[in-house]
Amino acid sequence: MPETDLEEDTVLDCRGQLCPMPVVRTAGAVAALERGQVIKVMVTDRGALADVPAWAQDTGNTVLHWREERDHLVFYVRKEEAAPDD
Amino acid sequence: MSVDMRPRNSLVMTDEDVRRIVREELERAFRRDPAAKRACIIASKGTLDWAYPPLILGSAAAAAGMDAAVFFTFYGLNIIHRDYRRRVKVSPVGNPAMPMPVPMADTFTSLPGMKAMATWMLKGKFSKKGVATLDELLDVCRESGVRLIACAMTMEVFGFKETDFIDGVEFGGAGAFMSEARRSHVTLFI
Repeated sequence: MPETDLEEDTVLDCRGQLCPMPVVRTAGAVAALERGQVIKVMVTDRGALADVPAWAQDTGNTVLHWREERDHLVFYVRKEEAAPDD
Repeated sequence: MSVDMRPRNSLVMTDEDVRRIVREELERAFRRDPAAKRACIIASKGTLDWAYPPLILGSAAAAAGMDAAVFFTFYGLNIIHRDYRRRVKVSPVGNPAMPMPVPMADTFTSLPGMKAMATWMLKGKFSKKGVATLDELLDVCRESGVRLIACAMTMEVFGFKETDFIDGVEFGGAGAFMSEARRSHVTLFI
């Protein structure tokens, strides 16, 4: 998805926090979203590069885009429907 | 009326189709498997450095939508003791991997006050770097439904009462752990 199309419904600032807090707080914030809403998560923990996509895959949510800003990482996560246990 | 029994093109599968179907079915089986959503962790150590991994992994499991349980046994009971802030410490003695500002002999690091100093230094480093405190991690675990289970046998050995532990702690033994662990793909001894 082109970066210009991204518009977040809410922002979560996890800058300055280390593992596991970025993932714990992202999970909490996404739980409060409606399906289809997008959250922008700002993180300084480099481990989030692996942790956020892995968390999204496990919980059935989508990382639409991520990028590196000057001193932090930004993830756009879209809340999806709970993964069916077919 | 006759039925056309000739194979249709759509039924001809390539090796790639077969591999894709197997991949998809494995993924579906994994999603159906309840054990893939359960984590059982044993916390057996009661020093500040070792208090972190079980709480971090338990809270990460809960964040990923898993049912997580942490069993605290032996010195690990320290972590969920009401007085954990005072009891959970770290010592440079017997830990050659612990980074020290300057090289120190064991005879020096075992002097009175050195354990308090090492604990203060590690807490300061954690705080400066943005690591959550034990208070925060215990709160996250309890709020996100991680079960905290104290080992009844070691409680008896060390003379702990149920009221010695923080709110929300459950009590159990090896049988309870095994019953949980056999239903969990993730089992860790820390």
